[in-house]
Amino acid sequence: MSSQLVDAHAHFLHAGCGRTDWADVNAARFRAGAKMGITCHVASVLGSYGFTSPTYFPSPADVTAGNDAMLALCESEGARVRMLVTVNPNHTAHALAELKRCLKRGAIGVKLLASRRADDPLLDPICAFAAEHALPLLHHIWQHRTREWPNQEISDGADLARLAVRHPRVSFILAHIGGGGDYQHTFHAVRDVPNILADISGSGVDRGMLDDAVCQIGAGRLLFGTDLTMETGLAKLRALGATGLLSDGEIEDIKWRNAARIFGAARLGVA
Amino acid sequence: MPLTDPSLFIGSYPFRHVPHPDPDVLVRVMDREGIDHAWVGHLPSAFHRDPAAGNAELHKALEPYRARLAPAPAVRPDFPGWERALDEAVAGGAAAIRVYPPQWRLAPGDAGLGDLAIASGEHKLPLVLTVRFEDLRQRHPLDTAGDVTAAAVRSLARADEMVRLVVCAAGKDFIEEVHWGLTPDEQSRVLWDISWIWGPPEDHLAKLFRTIGPSRFVFGSQWPLRLVQAPRANLELLPDDFVGATLGDPAALYR
Repeated sequence: MSSQLVDAHAHFLHAGCGRTDWADVNAARFRAGAKMGITCHVASVLGSYGFTSPTYFPSPADVTAGNDAMLALCESEGARVRMLVTVNPNHTAHALAELKRCLKRGAIGVKLLASRRADDPLLDPICAFAAEHALPLLHHIWQHRTREWPNQEISDGADLARLAVRHPRVSFILAHIGGGGDYQHTFHAVRDVPNILADISGSGVDRGMLDDAVCQIGAGRLLFGTDLTMETGLAKLRALGATGLLSDGEIEDIKWRNAARIFGAARLGVA
Repeated sequence: MPLTDPSLFIGSYPFRHVPHPDPDVLVRVMDREGIDHAWVGHLPSAFHRDPAAGNAELHKALEPYRARLAPAPAVRPDFPGWERALDEAVAGGAAAIRVYPPQWRLAPGDAGLGDLAIASGEHKLPLVLTVRFEDLRQRHPLDTAGDVTAAAVRSLARADEMVRLVVCAAGKDFIEEVHWGLTPDEQSRVLWDISWIWGPPEDHLAKLFRTIGPSRFVFGSQWPLRLVQAPRANLELLPDDFVGATLGDPAALYR
């Protein structure tokens, strides 16, 4: 393992999410992370994860409670955890207040769920804040949106591309190319939008997915991540070398250097 | 114990490009990943009306690699004369018989499928089922077959004491629904591959090992559809008390 491995897409649970095993799940992430050599979990808490408001449409109160839990985790865990601020763009004033509050306490980026389509103007004030403070923005993505799905207002790569073109100073992270849907559509949708990077997380481990990502987006715009399945993250990490398409340096880029570039090495706490 | 992956295929997939799904590549991948033996199906045959031609192609393609790659031909029990196809599979040295109930529109409890399971059992050949080939959310609009159902697996496991099943690409909920819906004898007839079971942080695989036991699970990767590195990564990330746990052996199902 390299000395650095940044998980650009992680989540933690907390006492307010209605699960008695929440601490075990968090401990499992740290256990597996240690085995994998993850040096920094860039993470967010998604409100109450459906317990008191929907995961993808969190209420302002749940957003705040989740961010508080994430702040507390950062304080207790030190350098191995960094925070993305979760916001719901339907509540603009609350979202901006949360961004200011959490940025002061060390948050390094923004997390958007599926509360509003990615190209909606309501996302603009959040992106403007992100641009002003050099905060990368991780956006939940459904790879190729062909219809509506319940419990989310899903966005795909084409939706995110329209937003990214409006905010060229912001680095957008397109979430989990292995997280469900047609990733092949995504690669076509974002390949010409240089301020969109993609994280390779998700439970999907289709052969050919990484090869296509490297060929169409490029190693300079891919980020290692795990989301909800760390074993698939480890498998993809190993498979990167087997593609035959990447130099050792490019693999290091995906493992941590691209993350250091967009988040800032100092903020991320990497050398 | 030699490591056998019963979930593998050769051949192309109709709904997306799959890189080099060829037996020589498979053997190199097995060498790299420490997999000793494989039960190999013919992927296109899952989507053909008549799998006979695909079975012939499978046998021919595997011939140079038979020390490592054993054929798992498909037998379609709703075709007249399927008994002959089963006999040919036995004569050809099949390690198992593959069935695709959703692709053949065979409902749970289909009598022909049960008959095939029993006849295969009399030849000491397990049935291999693949619950899904791809994530539901990414399927091609023409891919409407759906997944194997838990009810179908329960029905087959109950068909006869000689029946043995290897069920690939199932998740935790599916496995639990089947396992706890069977008697202990029936449970012992079913092995599950770990290719689609989540690891940490939810730790589905560890939870299943605690409740059902590692001996009911087998190494499986779903190559060439999925990364062969995934199951080993899943095993490596288990909690410490399960590192090195002894999995089941599909080759020992009738021992």
